[in-house]
Amino acid sequence: MNAERPIIPKMVVRDLNFYYGKDRALKDINLTIADKMVTAFIGPSGCGKSTLLRTFNRMYQLYPKQRATGEILLDGENLLDKKQDLNMLRAKIGMVFQKPTPFPMSIYDNIVFGVKLYENLNNHDMEERVEWALKKAALWTEVKDKLKKSGTGLSGGQQQRLCIARAIAVKPQVLLLDEPTSALDPISTAHIEKLIDELKEEFTIVIVTHNMQQAARVSDYTAYMYLGDLIEFGDTSTVFTNPKRKETEDYITGRFG
Amino acid sequence: MPNSLREAHHKHQNMLDILFRNVTRLCAFAVLALLIGILVSLIFGSLPAIKAFGFKFFTSAEWNPVTDEFGALVPIVGTLATATIALLIAIPVSFGIAIFLTELSPQWLRRPLGIAIELLAGIPSIIYGMWGLFVFAPLFGDHVEPWIKSNLGTMPLIGPLFSGPPMGIGLLTAGIILAIMVIPFITAVMRDVFDVVPGLLKESAYGLGATTWEVMWDVVLPYTKIGVVGGIMLGLGRALGETMAVTFVIGNAHDLSASLLMPGNSISSSLANEFTEAVGELYTSSLIELGLILFFITFVVLSLARYMLFKLSQREGHTA
Amino acid sequence: MFTLYKRRRLKNAIALSISVFTMLFGLFWLGWILFTLLEYGLPGLTAAVFTQNTPPPGSSGGLLNAIAGSLAMTLVGTLIGTPIGILAGTYLAEFGQRGWLAPVTRFINDVLLSAPSIVIGMFVYTVYVVKIGHFSGWAGSLALSILVIPVVIRTTENMLRLVPNTLREAAAALGAPQWKVISSVTLRASRAGILTGILLAVARISGETAPLLFTALNNQFWSNNMNQPMANLPVVIFQFAMSPYDDWHSLAWAGALLITFSVLSLNILARVLFRQQATTH
Repeated sequence: MNAERPIIPKMVVRDLNFYYGKDRALKDINLTIADKMVTAFIGPSGCGKSTLLRTFNRMYQLYPKQRATGEILLDGENLLDKKQDLNMLRAKIGMVFQKPTPFPMSIYDNIVFGVKLYENLNNHDMEERVEWALKKAALWTEVKDKLKKSGTGLSGGQQQRLCIARAIAVKPQVLLLDEPTSALDPISTAHIEKLIDELKEEFTIVIVTHNMQQAARVSDYTAYMYLGDLIEFGDTSTVFTNPKRKETEDYITGRFG
Repeated sequence: MPNSLREAHHKHQNMLDILFRNVTRLCAFAVLALLIGILVSLIFGSLPAIKAFGFKFFTSAEWNPVTDEFGALVPIVGTLATATIALLIAIPVSFGIAIFLTELSPQWLRRPLGIAIELLAGIPSIIYGMWGLFVFAPLFGDHVEPWIKSNLGTMPLIGPLFSGPPMGIGLLTAGIILAIMVIPFITAVMRDVFDVVPGLLKESAYGLGATTWEVMWDVVLPYTKIGVVGGIMLGLGRALGETMAVTFVIGNAHDLSASLLMPGNSISSSLANEFTEAVGELYTSSLIELGLILFFITFVVLSLARYMLFKLSQREGHTA
Repeated sequence: MFTLYKRRRLKNAIALSISVFTMLFGLFWLGWILFTLLEYGLPGLTAAVFTQNTPPPGSSGGLLNAIAGSLAMTLVGTLIGTPIGILAGTYLAEFGQRGWLAPVTRFINDVLLSAPSIVIGMFVYTVYVVKIGHFSGWAGSLALSILVIPVVIRTTENMLRLVPNTLREAAAALGAPQWKVISSVTLRASRAGILTGILLAVARISGETAPLLFTALNNQFWSNNMNQPMANLPVVIFQFAMSPYDDWHSLAWAGALLITFSVLSLNILARVLFRQQATTH
């Protein structure tokens, strides 16, 4: 954890409630995501951690009967505001999913897909961006000679790093990772955890994980959730070694979940 | 991006989104428009005949282009009779093939055999017609029909169904060929429906010591009966609308006879044979009314089929 | 107790033997028909079939104009029907969660899929042929396109539904507007399946006779003009087969062999393609 860096709030969540139809899945969530730090959401299945993550880029709006009330401020602007341009918001907040999702196109086209949406770069600048993103995602040396090959031909761990490269190529401000390593083998998982540690120099990262030890390894701050409530939120070492709530302690020590 | 550029970009993308959605919506509407267009044009075209004949159209066996007297009885009877014969043969055969493919066949044979049966569905109707007329009908008329006539034609009650000269062509032949054409459709639905029966259900029956036949007949079939009926109705829909195969072998006679061995007519074969040569408003209109009747019958049958298959998939827990 | 068991076993044995018999029954007809096609069709399949036009009764010739006409109308029919089918199928899969249009369209589409093709021919006759006053290749293509649309809609919708939601979300997460998500990612991910659907549609219309009877009719000579009656294989086969002339009969069989061979190849090709796409995912 970086104690020397000043803690600047990047995102502030205020009184957030989320509904699937009539069911309230998130109850009065209040927390702050620190800039250029890694915040982890942990909790047993169904606690709402992924739901919370997906409110940050309003991914739920793709589906009917899902809605959110409250405020989520990104650098002071409420992104739940109806007047927000959804697509531009999503260009500022990137997301990587549980299962690797390479698009059915070449590695190069995968990376530039997002960039082309909002930036007008010439060929040279575009190639530079691709190289930058792939290097940042620690994939460059493995694919630099086969950029034109299909993204689906890579291994699981490589595909996920491709998705990470694709997400950071657009230079988002915040990176959301939804259980990014749960479908990967331990070696790939270790690669990606190392990556997260490097990426936080440039990006604010929020990660959902069902693996407590992973949260302890990579995050600076941890939020423990249970059945839609935010039970405890604080810096990671405190939450894991000296939790303030008994529920947190029960989960950490493996009494349930 | 500066705010004004942002807004312009936002509006532009919004417009494209709206444009795309509306273009696809328009195409979906086109399907609806097509159906309405077909119904409207058929009804309009039938009006002269409807006005002239009214309900008598359904009961009259008269078909005289010279005196402009038309009745739909012969074609309707022909359509229903051939479809019935086809189903009577196709249902048990399809059931047998479906059992074979799902329970008896070794794994490596399943795909090739399944494909072979589906190829039967791919053979164009006109090919069935030609094969029926030139190869099957003569053999049938020379060797099988006399046997049928002398054995079934002498039985009480059903005897009259099998009387008359054994010409090879006729309602029975058309029905048999339709059966072969319809088998792959019914088999395909039965197979699909048998395949989604939960393995545990079958295993619990086998576990009690039931034989394969008993599992199929007493467990699988009742469980899937809605889907099976749906598949049968799908086959019926096909059989009712088949044109070319029937046209070649049904004999094209506007005569009503009690015997299946005699030539007759179906709605589709009447249309195929006479539509381009029909002269006179009433003649053409009567044919269009026949088309309307056929469309209506198949519409009802196919809707029922779809409804049943939908009910089955609902029960399985899938969304439509 | 034991005799009951014996009876059950017997019933089972009989039932299963019948099942085997039905399988052989089905294969028997398939084999007989294909054999007949080869037996009567191959002898007639001379080079002339591909180089000469359809002859008047009593003389020999070929099927060139019929083949060309069929190819032309199949092509045009596919070109008209496919875009409409893909777009409508896209609507059903991507925009169809709310409202009444999607379920209604799906229902109607299923009905049209199995509707008697002769009625489709009659429809095009009454709204188009009658209006312009004569049969034409365009009318034939129109009728064929109406048969293409339901097949393409069905396969497009099914293929799009198979695309996992996470792929759509991944594109949306990058800020792509919906139309771009659908066109650049979703449709692209299903392209092999959609192509299969198009092939199946082409296979279906290649063998159709009834809708062409009242629209394109037939043409004894070579014609470049789509606005005139157009020769086509199915109607030629119909006419020649029902005639009393031997020359015409042998041409009819040759044509039948050609059509069946094309249709079955397309079917098998579509299947192989689909299998390939299924295994790479």
